[in-house]
Amino acid sequence: MKIKSTTIVDTFAEAFNMYVSRVIITADSKEWAIAAAQSITGFATSVIGCKCEAGIETIIDPNDSPDLRPGVSVLIFAMDAESLGKRLIERIGQCVMTCPTTACYNGLAGGSPVIVGGKLRYFGDGHQISKVIDGLKLWRIPVMDGEFLVDDRFNIQEAVGGGNLLILGKDQKVTLKAASAATKAMGKLTDIILPFPNGVVRSGSKVGSKYKKMIASTNDAYCPTLRGVVEKSELDDGINSVLEIVVDGLTLKAVENAMRVGLMAAIKPGIKKISAGNYGGGLGQHHIHLLKLGF
Amino acid sequence: MTLKLKLHTKPEVPLEADCICPDRMQSLNMTEIGDLVTYHGNRQVPLKNFFECSGEFDGEIDIEGDLVNVKHIGSTMSFGKITVSGNVGVHIGAAMSGGEIIVEGDASDWVGPEMYGGRITIKGNAGHMVGSGYRGSTVGMQGGEIIVHGNVKNETGHVMRRGLIVVAGNSGDFTGVNMLAGTIIVLGEMGIRTGAGMRRGSIICQTKSELLPTFTRSCDYLPLFLRHYFKHLESLGLIISDSLINSPFERWCGDSIELNRGEILLYAGK
Repeated sequence: MKIKSTTIVDTFAEAFNMYVSRVIITADSKEWAIAAAQSITGFATSVIGCKCEAGIETIIDPNDSPDLRPGVSVLIFAMDAESLGKRLIERIGQCVMTCPTTACYNGLAGGSPVIVGGKLRYFGDGHQISKVIDGLKLWRIPVMDGEFLVDDRFNIQEAVGGGNLLILGKDQKVTLKAASAATKAMGKLTDIILPFPNGVVRSGSKVGSKYKKMIASTNDAYCPTLRGVVEKSELDDGINSVLEIVVDGLTLKAVENAMRVGLMAAIKPGIKKISAGNYGGGLGQHHIHLLKLGF
Repeated sequence: MTLKLKLHTKPEVPLEADCICPDRMQSLNMTEIGDLVTYHGNRQVPLKNFFECSGEFDGEIDIEGDLVNVKHIGSTMSFGKITVSGNVGVHIGAAMSGGEIIVEGDASDWVGPEMYGGRITIKGNAGHMVGSGYRGSTVGMQGGEIIVHGNVKNETGHVMRRGLIVVAGNSGDFTGVNMLAGTIIVLGEMGIRTGAGMRRGSIICQTKSELLPTFTRSCDYLPLFLRHYFKHLESLGLIISDSLINSPFERWCGDSIELNRGEILLYAGK
């Protein structure tokens, strides 16, 4: 299928079942809320090396935030619920509790609860205070600028991770411009995050490696410098740069919608193809076919 | 359809009517409800001798009449809703664990003593010992909420352990006396000796108050957790001013004759 001068490859993105938690961070100002959000979502691009994937979902207006202050919504994904619970404790404890004026709340209505504030409370060394307000338990942990307020429990629910688009362009500049346009459009959506830097990843990976210890290695079929070197390159002549956008979402529908929005925004002059990454279909539970995205 | 109880004969002496409770009335027909036992003084009398019963029980009970002499309404209730269109006597909602009681008028002493859960709303004033423990008890209210739109008298929240008591008007002396934990919010003024003997817990007041010398001033700060309480109270129909939400509070810790882990937060705004 061709839209304008861009070919949409008849393939699918292979996505996985994951677990997600939504963390709401508020602070005295939007700047401090964003600072904490950037910290908690740092080093969380891929479960392969970071144990979780995280990103900023949206900015929250004070009128819509739990404590009437500026807020940021963050989504954190992991491959299993137990691991995600650990990541929440580590990241909220080290990245949000440490940030001046912040408070941290559960942002999911459904799912299963894991204890987070109830474990972070020990930092209070016995001076922590719990309050149950309208059925929800909060912890007040004394810190040097006052108190850190955190929900006792955060909910975790099943989610979908690993939706993706591969943007194949004539050169790096054009490809990056298209990828940026795509992430800008996708960034306006809720229920999803793009976990890589500015939403774009250049080091797409394949499963396995010639080195036994490596579980993933460079996606050589899409590396332009390896055309003519590797057995099977996916790049035609004239494709000199490839960038990937990875999408994690609360639901399959949210991921599909984000991929559709991103794909449409990435269609620019100089973009030869838009494809998607998969592992042959045998690993991921969800196959998101590009031609069935409904554009 | 709601069960309606209308007081047709005013009791001359206190009428103990703990049978007016959703737990006791569910699955009973109208005749059985009318025959439920009450104590008029020391005499056993059926409920129908004082109340006209109509409607059908669906989890809710509406009571009409001047119930100042009717005790123990909603005692030990665990679900459902009781609405009293008038004043009510002592021990309403004693040891209740769930459900809701709404009193449109005033309540006498001992509102929700030793309650575990649920919510009691008094639209008028309430008497002494709101949410308290009985004399000799070491633990009072252990959960739930008591919201009084008017004033309360002395010893509100005595030996309270958990839960929330809100007084939109003034509270008398010894608010939170011997409190173990929990939260008391007074939007008016408090009497003397607030928090005497408290071990843990929070007493929050919108006005300045003279405290016992066994309380120590910690700091002025903006207690963020109060915003959650204020939002909750607004959802319950109480009016909370913006200045209260955005102003600092003085934090006093005490009572140092006990654990010194309690706190009294006094409004420090202009």
